[in-house]
Amino acid sequence: MLSDTLRQALVNIPYLIAAFLFILGLKYLAHPRTAVKGNSLSALAMLIAIVFTLFDQNILPVHMIAIGLGIGGTIGAVLAIRVAMTEMPELVALFNGFGGLSSVLVASAAYVGASTGEINLQLSIATIASALIGAVTFWGSLIAYLKLRGKVVPSGAVTSPVLKILNGLFALSILGLSVVFVTNPGMEMYFWAVIGIACFMGITLVIPIGGADMPVVIALLNSYSGLAACAAGFVLNNNLLIIAGSLVGASGLILTQIMCKAMNRSLANVLFGGLGAQESGPTMDADEVYAGKVTSASADEAAMIFDSVQRVVIVPGYGMAVAQAQHVVKQFTALLQDRGTEVLYAIHPVAGRMPGHMNVLLAEADVPYEQLIEMDDINPTFPQTDVALVIGANDVINPVAKTDPASPIAGMPILDVDQAKTVMVIKRSLSPGFAGIPNPLFAADNTMMLFGDGKKIVVDLVEAMKEL
Amino acid sequence: MSATHDMQLLLAVVTILVLAMFLGFELITKVPPTLHTPLMSGSNAISGITLIGALSSGGVGQPEMATYLGMAAVIFATINVVGGYMVTNRMLEMFKSKAKK
Repeated sequence: MLSDTLRQALVNIPYLIAAFLFILGLKYLAHPRTAVKGNSLSALAMLIAIVFTLFDQNILPVHMIAIGLGIGGTIGAVLAIRVAMTEMPELVALFNGFGGLSSVLVASAAYVGASTGEINLQLSIATIASALIGAVTFWGSLIAYLKLRGKVVPSGAVTSPVLKILNGLFALSILGLSVVFVTNPGMEMYFWAVIGIACFMGITLVIPIGGADMPVVIALLNSYSGLAACAAGFVLNNNLLIIAGSLVGASGLILTQIMCKAMNRSLANVLFGGLGAQESGPTMDADEVYAGKVTSASADEAAMIFDSVQRVVIVPGYGMAVAQAQHVVKQFTALLQDRGTEVLYAIHPVAGRMPGHMNVLLAEADVPYEQLIEMDDINPTFPQTDVALVIGANDVINPVAKTDPASPIAGMPILDVDQAKTVMVIKRSLSPGFAGIPNPLFAADNTMMLFGDGKKIVVDLVEAMKEL
Repeated sequence: MSATHDMQLLLAVVTILVLAMFLGFELITKVPPTLHTPLMSGSNAISGITLIGALSSGGVGQPEMATYLGMAAVIFATINVVGGYMVTNRMLEMFKSKAKK
């Protein structure tokens, strides 16, 4: 028999290797060519960690582990294989939630299993932190998931003073109860009370946030799920949990920051500001902006223009994802390229419902990533662009962000499509985007509106181009 | 265990936390925006590391309740690990196939 200390030391060596591989895996994510290898290394790290944990004597009964791994593995695999690329934000939200939930469960199991005398200050703080963050993450993610689906919970922003008061009350009572628990770790009731309130708070924190702000929320919940795992590492004194958890926590925080910057808003404003809720004062009247100035065109007319252009920039937005138009857009691009037209895609950082959403959809449709250009790089080239084709984007191309300091999107960096020679906008109607304001671009002299379903219009364009 | 020993242990663990955070920031800022969605699903899979915590909870001599909580944790963490890595791989393959052309 090995002594406990030696056993502990031995199991730590594979954990060290696993930590190293996780880090290497993230490093390989820096380029699309090496990213697959990075993901495999990360998965290998996980496998090593799991296998060597199983050699530990203090593990769950084997049949329970087998059942748990079997059920979890099957559900995970089915979800991963069946999900459509357009539903990726929903899936990531769901996975964030499960990550949070497992942290709650691990912390609870450790707490229930520990005898009162064993619980020192570190353990009680880590336990309550892990359970608390995990519970907020789980319920917050479920609400985010439902909002993205647009069912049960309204997807728009909801601002209600009641929710703000509730959030304040929940935060205060969680803080108070946690302090009581940490000083009296034997009082089981407080532990469960904190988890219970944290569950409600997860709901009331995410309900007010509008659909267009989901990229920020998902990134933030992603970070929380890492932090919860990290706290669980402090409960179990497990270095690998701490390292892996903080890598995820850092990743989510950076993405959150990037998303906020891309909207020129603070995190507090995203979480509590309720952009797009119908309560802000009158900014612009839609009739005044649009009346008599909007030019509508048919697919045939648009195709005539595309016939003789040299440079086209396509601006995809959430509308392209909803219409599932990415494949036919790629087809249209190929037609243009066959005629010698240069085609690029302009990707706004917050286009879609999660960071990188548009890139994944276009990658699915076989668009090479070299053609996907970031905002700062594409903006200076719009004046040399013959046609900017906007598909289902609105707020991210609204010039009001630059001209009207009173507008809710004031200062938000936008794609300067208005500088292109011709702007074509594929959109169902003139209805406003999530910011709830009209877009003067639609009434501009060089803008043509192609009204209709994104996919159908592009199919018509493809047909019209073929007939030319 | 003495209080000093506890303290030393905690300090070592906090050191690891701080270093890992810094490393995380450095690594993630290098990931291009085009890969941000796979980054999220991949890091999601990594946060499934709670699985090893779940496996080692509620062992011999633990109350039944801890065992059941542990098993539930195993299920959810495994969904994250298996689903997260598979879906990330699915996405990254789409990016890779273009890189070859």
